[in-house]
Amino acid sequence: MSLVSIKDVRKNFGNVEVLRGVSMEVAQGDVVAIIGRSGSGKSTLLRCINGLETYDSGSIKADGIEVGAKDTDLRMLRRNVGMVFQQFNLFPHLTAEENVMLAPKVVNKVSDHEAKALAAETLAKVGLAEKAKSYPSQLSGGQQQRVAIARSLAMRPHVLLCDEITSALDPELVNEVLRVVEQLAKEGMTLILVTHEMRFARDVGSKLVFMHHGKVHEEGHPKEVFAAPKTPELQNFIGSIG
Amino acid sequence: MADFSFWVILENLLKATQWTVILSLVAFVSGGIVGLILLFLRVSKIPALERAVAGYIEFFQGTPLLMQLFLFFFGVALFGLEVSPWLAAWLALTFWTSAFLTEIWRGCVEALPRGQWEAAESLAFSYIEQMRYVILPQAARIAVAPTVGFSVQVVKGTALTSIIGFVELTKAGTMLNNATFRPFLVYSLVALIYFALCYPLSLYAKHLEGRFNVAR
Repeated sequence: MSLVSIKDVRKNFGNVEVLRGVSMEVAQGDVVAIIGRSGSGKSTLLRCINGLETYDSGSIKADGIEVGAKDTDLRMLRRNVGMVFQQFNLFPHLTAEENVMLAPKVVNKVSDHEAKALAAETLAKVGLAEKAKSYPSQLSGGQQQRVAIARSLAMRPHVLLCDEITSALDPELVNEVLRVVEQLAKEGMTLILVTHEMRFARDVGSKLVFMHHGKVHEEGHPKEVFAAPKTPELQNFIGSIG
Repeated sequence: MADFSFWVILENLLKATQWTVILSLVAFVSGGIVGLILLFLRVSKIPALERAVAGYIEFFQGTPLLMQLFLFFFGVALFGLEVSPWLAAWLALTFWTSAFLTEIWRGCVEALPRGQWEAAESLAFSYIEQMRYVILPQAARIAVAPTVGFSVQVVKGTALTSIIGFVELTKAGTMLNNATFRPFLVYSLVALIYFALCYPLSLYAKHLEGRFNVAR
Protein backbone atom coordinates (compact mmCIF):
# COMPACT_ATOMS: atom_id res chain seq x y z
CA MET A 1 0.00 0.00 0.00
CA SER A 2 1.15 3.49 -0.74
CA LEU A 3 2.34 5.65 2.09
CA VAL A 4 1.40 8.77 0.15
CA SER A 5 -1.21 8.62 -2.54
CA ILE A 6 -1.96 11.68 -4.64
CA LYS A 7 -4.88 11.55 -7.07
CA ASP A 8 -5.76 14.20 -9.64
CA VAL A 9 -4.94 17.14 -7.36
CA ARG A 10 -5.77 20.57 -8.68
CA LYS A 11 -5.09 23.96 -7.21
CA ASN A 12 -5.48 27.56 -8.34
CA PHE A 13 -3.87 30.67 -6.97
CA GLY A 14 -6.40 33.23 -8.13
CA ASN A 15 -6.76 32.42 -11.81
CA VAL A 16 -3.36 30.77 -12.12
CA GLU A 17 -3.56 26.99 -12.23
CA VAL A 18 -0.59 25.76 -10.20
CA LEU A 19 -1.56 22.11 -10.03
CA ARG A 20 -3.49 20.72 -12.97
CA GLY A 21 -4.33 17.18 -12.01
CA VAL A 22 -1.31 15.65 -10.30
CA SER A 23 -1.26 11.98 -9.40
CA MET A 24 1.56 10.14 -7.68
CA GLU A 25 2.09 7.09 -5.51
CA VAL A 26 4.84 6.90 -2.91
CA ALA A 27 5.54 3.55 -1.26
CA GLN A 28 7.26 2.85 2.03
CA GLY A 29 11.01 3.39 1.61
CA ASP A 30 10.73 5.30 -1.65
CA VAL A 31 13.03 8.22 -2.26
CA VAL A 32 11.13 10.44 -4.63
CA ALA A 33 12.92 13.35 -6.25
CA ILE A 34 10.64 15.98 -7.75
CA ILE A 35 12.34 18.20 -10.28
CA GLY A 36 11.14 20.91 -12.60
CA ARG A 37 11.42 24.60 -13.35
CA SER A 38 10.39 27.15 -10.76
CA GLY A 39 6.68 27.72 -11.04
CA SER A 40 6.02 24.16 -12.15
CA GLY A 41 4.10 23.52 -8.91
CA LYS A 42 6.56 21.16 -7.23
CA SER A 43 6.86 23.05 -3.94
CA THR A 44 3.13 23.66 -3.82
CA LEU A 45 2.51 19.95 -4.27
CA LEU A 46 4.90 19.13 -1.44
CA ARG A 47 3.23 21.67 0.84
CA CYS A 48 -0.18 20.17 0.07
CA ILE A 49 0.98 16.82 1.43
CA ASN A 50 1.22 18.06 5.02
CA GLY A 51 -1.59 20.56 4.73
CA LEU A 52 0.49 23.76 4.67
CA GLU A 53 -1.38 24.52 1.45
CA THR A 54 -4.91 23.53 0.62
CA TYR A 55 -5.95 22.13 -2.73
CA ASP A 56 -9.15 22.62 -4.67
CA SER A 57 -9.99 19.12 -5.87
CA GLY A 58 -8.62 15.61 -6.03
CA SER A 59 -7.32 13.72 -3.03
CA ILE A 60 -4.13 13.30 -1.06
CA LYS A 61 -3.82 10.47 1.39
CA ALA A 62 -0.71 10.54 3.56
CA ASP A 63 0.07 7.95 6.21
CA GLY A 64 -3.54 6.79 6.06
CA ILE A 65 -5.03 10.24 6.57
CA GLU A 66 -7.08 12.08 3.94
CA VAL A 67 -5.36 15.47 4.01
CA GLY A 68 -8.02 17.64 2.45
CA ALA A 69 -11.08 16.27 4.25
CA LYS A 70 -12.99 18.81 6.31
CA ASP A 71 -12.70 16.96 9.60
CA THR A 72 -9.06 15.95 9.16
CA ASP A 73 -6.91 16.48 12.24
CA LEU A 74 -3.86 17.97 10.58
CA ARG A 75 -1.97 17.67 13.86
CA MET A 76 -2.27 13.88 13.74
CA LEU A 77 -0.97 13.93 10.18
CA ARG A 78 1.95 16.21 10.94
CA ARG A 79 3.17 14.06 13.81
CA ASN A 80 4.06 11.46 11.20
CA VAL A 81 4.87 13.62 8.20
CA GLY A 82 7.96 15.76 8.79
CA MET A 83 9.08 18.72 6.75
CA VAL A 84 12.40 20.44 6.16
CA PHE A 85 12.43 23.89 4.56
CA GLN A 86 14.66 25.80 2.20
CA GLN A 87 15.17 28.54 4.81
CA PHE A 88 15.78 26.06 7.69
CA ASN A 89 13.27 27.90 9.89
CA LEU A 90 15.03 26.98 13.09
CA PHE A 91 13.70 28.73 16.18
CA PRO A 92 16.36 31.40 16.78
CA HIS A 93 15.57 31.85 20.47
CA LEU A 94 16.38 28.21 21.24
CA THR A 95 19.63 26.23 21.13
CA ALA A 96 20.07 23.39 18.64
CA GLU A 97 19.19 20.91 21.34
CA GLU A 98 16.12 22.88 22.44
CA ASN A 99 14.98 23.17 18.83
CA VAL A 100 15.02 19.39 18.58
CA MET A 101 13.45 18.79 21.99
CA LEU A 102 10.55 21.21 21.68
CA ALA A 103 8.11 19.26 19.51
CA PRO A 104 8.60 15.89 21.26
CA LYS A 105 7.98 17.61 24.58
CA VAL A 106 5.06 19.80 23.57
CA VAL A 107 3.32 17.57 21.06
CA ASN A 108 4.23 14.05 22.13
CA LYS A 109 4.42 14.89 25.85
CA VAL A 110 7.78 13.19 26.16
CA SER A 111 9.65 13.81 29.42
CA ASP A 112 12.49 16.29 29.53
CA HIS A 113 14.93 13.44 30.08
CA GLU A 114 13.68 11.45 27.09
CA ALA A 115 13.61 14.54 24.90
CA LYS A 116 17.25 15.22 25.77
CA ALA A 117 18.19 11.67 24.80
CA LEU A 118 16.23 12.05 21.58
CA ALA A 119 18.04 15.29 20.80
CA ALA A 120 21.42 13.71 21.51
CA GLU A 121 20.57 10.79 19.24
CA THR A 122 19.26 12.82 16.31
CA LEU A 123 21.96 15.50 16.53
CA ALA A 124 24.59 12.75 16.51
CA LYS A 125 22.92 11.29 13.46
CA VAL A 126 23.35 14.56 11.55
CA GLY A 127 26.90 14.88 12.87
CA LEU A 128 26.29 17.78 15.22
CA ALA A 129 26.42 16.23 18.68
CA GLU A 130 28.98 18.83 19.77
CA LYS A 131 26.75 21.75 18.68
CA ALA A 132 23.85 20.92 21.01
CA LYS A 133 24.26 24.10 23.04
CA SER A 134 24.78 26.44 20.06
CA TYR A 135 22.16 28.88 18.92
CA PRO A 136 21.18 28.86 15.24
CA SER A 137 22.93 32.20 14.71
CA GLN A 138 26.20 30.55 15.76
CA LEU A 139 25.90 27.80 13.14
CA SER A 140 26.67 27.78 9.43
CA GLY A 141 23.83 27.32 6.96
CA GLY A 142 24.70 23.68 6.44
CA GLN A 143 24.79 23.06 10.16
CA GLN A 144 21.48 24.85 10.64
CA GLN A 145 19.86 22.71 7.98
CA ARG A 146 21.20 19.56 9.62
CA VAL A 147 19.73 20.69 12.95
CA ALA A 148 16.43 21.25 11.13
CA ILE A 149 16.62 17.69 9.82
CA ALA A 150 17.35 16.42 13.34
CA ARG A 151 14.38 18.42 14.60
CA SER A 152 12.10 16.64 12.14
CA LEU A 153 13.62 13.23 12.86
CA ALA A 154 12.98 13.62 16.58
CA MET A 155 9.26 13.21 15.84
CA ARG A 156 10.10 9.85 14.23
CA PRO A 157 8.20 10.67 11.03
CA HIS A 158 7.04 8.02 8.59
CA VAL A 159 7.68 10.37 5.68
CA LEU A 160 10.03 13.32 5.42
CA LEU A 161 9.24 16.13 2.98
CA CYS A 162 12.25 18.18 1.88
CA ASP A 163 11.52 21.46 0.13
CA GLU A 164 14.65 22.53 -1.77
CA ILE A 165 16.66 22.05 1.38
CA THR A 166 20.02 22.91 -0.20
CA SER A 167 18.91 25.84 -2.35
CA ALA A 168 19.70 28.50 0.26
CA LEU A 169 23.15 27.10 1.02
CA ASP A 170 26.57 28.19 -0.15
CA PRO A 171 27.85 25.62 -2.66
CA GLU A 172 30.51 24.24 -0.33
CA LEU A 173 27.88 23.47 2.33
CA VAL A 174 25.51 21.53 0.09
CA ASN A 175 27.25 18.19 0.36
CA GLU A 176 27.20 17.89 4.14
CA VAL A 177 23.41 18.19 4.02
CA LEU A 178 23.02 15.80 1.09
CA ARG A 179 25.18 13.21 2.86
CA VAL A 180 22.76 13.26 5.80
CA VAL A 181 19.79 12.80 3.49
CA GLU A 182 21.56 10.00 1.66
CA GLN A 183 22.17 8.26 4.96
CA LEU A 184 18.48 8.55 5.82
CA ALA A 185 17.58 7.07 2.44
CA LYS A 186 19.91 4.14 3.07
CA GLU A 187 18.23 3.51 6.41
CA GLY A 188 14.91 3.17 4.63
CA MET A 189 13.31 6.52 5.44
CA THR A 190 10.59 7.45 2.97
CA LEU A 191 11.61 10.77 1.44
CA ILE A 192 9.93 13.16 -0.96
CA LEU A 193 12.38 15.81 -2.09
CA VAL A 194 11.89 18.84 -4.24
CA THR A 195 15.40 19.42 -5.47
CA HIS A 196 17.68 21.02 -7.99
CA GLU A 197 20.51 18.60 -7.23
CA MET A 198 20.28 16.42 -10.34
CA ARG A 199 23.23 14.22 -9.50
CA PHE A 200 21.79 13.55 -6.06
CA ALA A 201 18.36 12.79 -7.56
CA ARG A 202 19.95 10.31 -9.93
CA ASP A 203 22.24 8.60 -7.44
CA VAL A 204 20.05 8.46 -4.36
CA GLY A 205 16.49 8.64 -5.69
CA SER A 206 14.43 5.55 -6.29
CA LYS A 207 11.93 7.50 -8.32
CA LEU A 208 12.11 10.68 -10.34
CA VAL A 209 9.18 12.95 -11.06
CA PHE A 210 9.51 15.77 -13.57
CA MET A 211 6.84 18.40 -13.14
CA HIS A 212 5.94 20.81 -15.88
CA HIS A 213 3.09 23.36 -15.94
CA GLY A 214 1.40 21.88 -12.89
CA LYS A 215 1.45 18.29 -14.10
CA VAL A 216 3.62 15.21 -13.77
CA HIS A 217 5.18 15.36 -17.18
CA GLU A 218 7.48 12.38 -16.96
CA GLU A 219 8.38 9.90 -14.25
CA GLY A 220 10.32 6.73 -13.73
CA HIS A 221 13.51 5.34 -12.30
CA PRO A 222 16.00 8.23 -12.07
CA LYS A 223 18.86 6.50 -13.84
CA GLU A 224 16.65 5.51 -16.77
CA VAL A 225 14.88 8.84 -16.99
CA PHE A 226 18.13 10.79 -16.93
CA ALA A 227 19.78 8.45 -19.44
CA ALA A 228 16.90 8.64 -21.88
CA PRO A 229 14.40 11.46 -21.23
CA LYS A 230 11.38 10.88 -23.43
CA THR A 231 9.74 14.29 -23.62
CA PRO A 232 11.36 17.33 -25.25
CA GLU A 233 10.53 19.40 -22.14
CA LEU A 234 12.60 17.16 -19.89
CA GLN A 235 15.40 16.94 -22.46
CA ASN A 236 15.36 20.70 -22.53
CA PHE A 237 15.33 20.97 -18.76
CA ILE A 238 18.21 18.56 -18.27
CA GLY A 239 20.10 20.33 -21.04
CA SER A 240 19.61 23.73 -19.44
CA ILE A 241 20.92 22.49 -16.10
CA GLY A 242 23.98 20.93 -17.71
CA MET B 1 -9.14 81.48 54.10
CA ALA B 2 -6.63 78.84 54.90
CA ASP B 3 -3.08 79.65 54.00
CA PHE B 4 -1.69 77.20 51.46
CA SER B 5 2.05 77.27 51.59
CA PHE B 6 4.14 75.80 48.80
CA TRP B 7 4.78 72.68 50.86
CA VAL B 8 1.14 72.10 51.58
CA ILE B 9 0.38 72.30 47.87
CA LEU B 10 3.20 69.93 47.01
CA GLU B 11 2.22 67.49 49.74
CA ASN B 12 -1.34 67.33 48.49
CA LEU B 13 -0.25 66.89 44.90
CA LEU B 14 2.07 64.04 45.84
CA LYS B 15 -0.71 62.32 47.73
CA ALA B 16 -2.90 62.50 44.65
CA THR B 17 0.01 61.24 42.54
CA GLN B 18 -0.38 57.91 44.30
CA TRP B 19 -3.71 57.53 42.54
CA THR B 20 -2.24 58.46 39.20
CA VAL B 21 0.39 55.77 39.71
CA ILE B 22 -2.10 53.16 40.93
CA LEU B 23 -4.54 53.86 38.11
CA SER B 24 -1.71 53.74 35.56
CA LEU B 25 -0.40 50.43 36.86
CA VAL B 26 -3.80 48.80 37.14
CA ALA B 27 -4.88 50.00 33.70
CA PHE B 28 -1.59 48.92 32.15
CA VAL B 29 -1.69 45.44 33.67
CA SER B 30 -5.36 44.78 32.94
CA GLY B 31 -5.01 46.38 29.51
CA GLY B 32 -2.02 44.12 28.88
CA ILE B 33 -3.97 41.01 29.85
CA VAL B 34 -6.94 41.95 27.66
CA GLY B 35 -4.50 42.97 24.91
CA LEU B 36 -2.77 39.59 25.01
CA ILE B 37 -6.07 37.75 24.70
CA LEU B 38 -7.08 40.01 21.82
CA LEU B 39 -3.70 39.42 20.17
CA PHE B 40 -4.41 35.68 20.02
CA LEU B 41 -7.67 36.47 18.23
CA ARG B 42 -6.17 39.21 16.07
CA VAL B 43 -3.57 36.90 14.45
CA SER B 44 -5.69 33.73 14.58
CA LYS B 45 -6.16 33.48 10.79
CA ILE B 46 -9.90 33.15 11.47
CA PRO B 47 -11.24 36.05 9.40
CA ALA B 48 -14.35 36.74 11.50
CA LEU B 49 -12.32 36.96 14.74
CA GLU B 50 -9.58 39.02 13.15
CA ARG B 51 -12.08 41.49 11.76
CA ALA B 52 -13.97 41.78 15.04
CA VAL B 53 -10.78 42.61 16.93
CA ALA B 54 -9.63 44.98 14.19
CA GLY B 55 -12.95 46.81 14.57
CA TYR B 56 -12.51 46.98 18.34
CA ILE B 57 -9.02 48.45 17.87
CA GLU B 58 -10.27 50.95 15.29
CA PHE B 59 -12.97 52.11 17.67
CA PHE B 60 -10.70 52.69 20.65
CA GLN B 61 -7.91 54.19 18.56
CA GLY B 62 -10.26 56.30 16.48
CA THR B 63 -12.22 58.00 19.26
CA PRO B 64 -10.94 60.32 22.00
CA LEU B 65 -10.16 58.69 25.33
CA LEU B 66 -12.23 61.40 26.99
CA MET B 67 -15.30 60.35 25.05
CA GLN B 68 -14.67 56.74 26.03
CA LEU B 69 -14.54 57.81 29.68
CA PHE B 70 -17.87 59.61 29.26
CA LEU B 71 -19.39 56.54 27.63
CA PHE B 72 -18.40 54.32 30.52
CA PHE B 73 -19.28 56.87 33.20
CA PHE B 74 -22.60 58.14 31.86
CA GLY B 75 -23.49 55.38 29.44
CA VAL B 76 -23.52 52.58 31.96
CA ALA B 77 -25.57 54.74 34.33
CA LEU B 78 -28.33 54.74 31.70
CA PHE B 79 -28.86 51.06 32.44
CA GLY B 80 -29.47 51.93 36.05
CA LEU B 81 -26.05 50.79 37.22
CA GLU B 82 -24.12 53.01 39.56
CA VAL B 83 -20.61 53.54 38.22
CA SER B 84 -17.99 55.13 40.42
CA PRO B 85 -15.41 57.39 38.76
CA TRP B 86 -12.75 54.84 39.74
CA LEU B 87 -14.55 51.96 38.01
CA ALA B 88 -15.31 54.00 34.89
CA ALA B 89 -11.71 55.21 34.71
CA TRP B 90 -10.34 51.71 35.14
CA LEU B 91 -12.65 50.19 32.53
CA ALA B 92 -12.11 52.89 29.93
CA LEU B 93 -8.34 52.91 30.35
CA THR B 94 -8.21 49.12 30.24
CA PHE B 95 -10.04 48.93 26.91
CA TRP B 96 -8.13 51.87 25.49
CA THR B 97 -4.77 50.42 26.56
CA SER B 98 -5.64 46.95 25.30
CA ALA B 99 -6.48 48.32 21.85
CA PHE B 100 -3.13 50.06 21.48
CA LEU B 101 -1.11 47.19 22.96
CA THR B 102 -2.80 44.63 20.71
CA GLU B 103 -1.92 46.71 17.69
CA ILE B 104 1.70 47.21 18.83
CA TRP B 105 2.09 43.51 19.52
CA ARG B 106 0.45 42.49 16.26
CA GLY B 107 3.14 44.45 14.47
CA CYS B 108 5.80 42.56 16.43
CA VAL B 109 4.23 39.19 15.64
CA GLU B 110 3.98 40.05 11.96
CA ALA B 111 7.61 41.13 11.88
CA LEU B 112 8.59 37.46 12.33
CA PRO B 113 9.21 35.41 9.18
CA ARG B 114 6.30 33.26 8.01
CA GLY B 115 8.63 30.29 8.10
CA GLN B 116 8.52 30.32 11.90
CA TRP B 117 4.79 29.62 11.82
CA GLU B 118 5.19 27.01 9.12
CA ALA B 119 7.97 25.18 10.95
CA ALA B 120 5.92 25.08 14.14
CA GLU B 121 2.82 24.03 12.21
CA SER B 122 4.73 21.25 10.47
CA LEU B 123 5.87 19.94 13.84
CA ALA B 124 2.19 19.42 14.73
CA PHE B 125 1.92 22.33 17.18
CA SER B 126 -1.57 23.65 17.83
CA TYR B 127 -2.20 27.36 17.31
CA ILE B 128 -1.85 28.07 21.02
CA GLU B 129 1.39 26.08 21.15
CA GLN B 130 2.76 27.88 18.10
CA MET B 131 2.09 31.20 19.80
CA ARG B 132 3.35 30.16 23.20
CA TYR B 133 6.56 28.38 22.32
CA VAL B 134 7.63 29.88 19.01
CA ILE B 135 5.98 33.19 18.18
CA LEU B 136 5.52 35.05 21.46
CA PRO B 137 9.03 34.46 22.87
CA GLN B 138 10.46 36.03 19.73
CA ALA B 139 7.84 38.77 19.40
CA ALA B 140 8.27 39.70 23.07
CA ARG B 141 11.90 40.65 22.46
CA ILE B 142 10.87 43.17 19.83
CA ALA B 143 7.82 44.28 21.81
CA VAL B 144 9.47 45.31 25.08
CA ALA B 145 10.73 48.72 23.98
CA PRO B 146 7.54 50.00 22.26
CA THR B 147 5.44 48.58 25.10
CA VAL B 148 7.38 50.46 27.76
CA GLY B 149 7.23 53.49 25.48
CA PHE B 150 3.45 53.22 25.33
CA SER B 151 3.18 53.10 29.13
CA VAL B 152 3.99 56.84 29.03
CA GLN B 153 0.76 57.37 27.10
CA VAL B 154 -1.16 55.50 29.79
CA VAL B 155 0.24 57.68 32.56
CA LYS B 156 -0.70 60.81 30.64
CA GLY B 157 -4.07 59.32 29.73
CA THR B 158 -5.01 59.05 33.40
CA ALA B 159 -5.13 62.89 33.54
CA LEU B 160 -8.42 62.79 31.63
CA THR B 161 -10.10 60.81 34.38
CA SER B 162 -10.08 64.06 36.41
CA ILE B 163 -12.98 65.21 34.25
CA ILE B 164 -15.30 62.46 35.46
CA GLY B 165 -14.32 63.32 39.03
CA PHE B 166 -11.62 60.82 39.81
CA VAL B 167 -9.20 62.51 42.18
CA GLU B 168 -5.74 61.93 40.81
CA LEU B 169 -2.93 64.34 40.11
CA THR B 170 -4.69 66.61 37.63
CA LYS B 171 -7.93 66.74 39.62
CA ALA B 172 -5.99 67.56 42.78
CA GLY B 173 -4.23 70.33 40.88
CA THR B 174 -7.56 71.79 39.80
CA MET B 175 -8.90 71.66 43.34
CA LEU B 176 -5.78 73.26 44.79
CA ASN B 177 -5.94 75.97 42.16
CA ASN B 178 -9.53 76.71 43.06
CA ALA B 179 -8.49 77.12 46.66
CA THR B 180 -5.28 79.07 46.13
CA PHE B 181 -5.72 80.95 42.83
CA ARG B 182 -2.09 80.26 42.02
CA PRO B 183 -2.57 78.41 38.75
CA PHE B 184 0.92 78.83 37.42
CA LEU B 185 2.56 77.43 40.52
CA VAL B 186 0.09 74.58 40.89
CA TYR B 187 0.10 73.45 37.27
CA SER B 188 3.86 73.81 37.01
CA LEU B 189 4.18 71.39 39.88
CA VAL B 190 1.62 69.07 38.32
CA ALA B 191 3.54 69.10 35.05
CA LEU B 192 6.84 68.45 36.82
CA ILE B 193 5.40 65.47 38.64
CA TYR B 194 4.03 63.99 35.39
CA PHE B 195 7.42 64.54 33.81
CA ALA B 196 9.15 62.84 36.73
CA LEU B 197 6.88 59.82 36.19
CA CYS B 198 7.14 59.67 32.41
CA TYR B 199 10.70 60.63 31.63
CA PRO B 200 12.31 57.59 33.31
CA LEU B 201 9.92 55.38 31.35
CA SER B 202 10.91 57.06 28.09
CA LEU B 203 14.57 56.73 28.93
CA TYR B 204 14.13 53.09 29.83
CA ALA B 205 12.31 52.42 26.54
CA LYS B 206 15.16 54.02 24.62
CA HIS B 207 17.69 51.99 26.54
CA LEU B 208 15.80 48.76 25.79
CA GLU B 209 15.56 49.65 22.13
CA GLY B 210 19.32 50.01 21.94
CA ARG B 211 19.94 46.80 23.81
CA PHE B 212 17.68 44.64 21.68
CA ASN B 213 18.96 46.15 18.47
CA VAL B 214 22.48 45.14 19.42
CA ALA B 215 21.34 41.69 20.48
CA ARG B 216 19.80 40.97 17.12
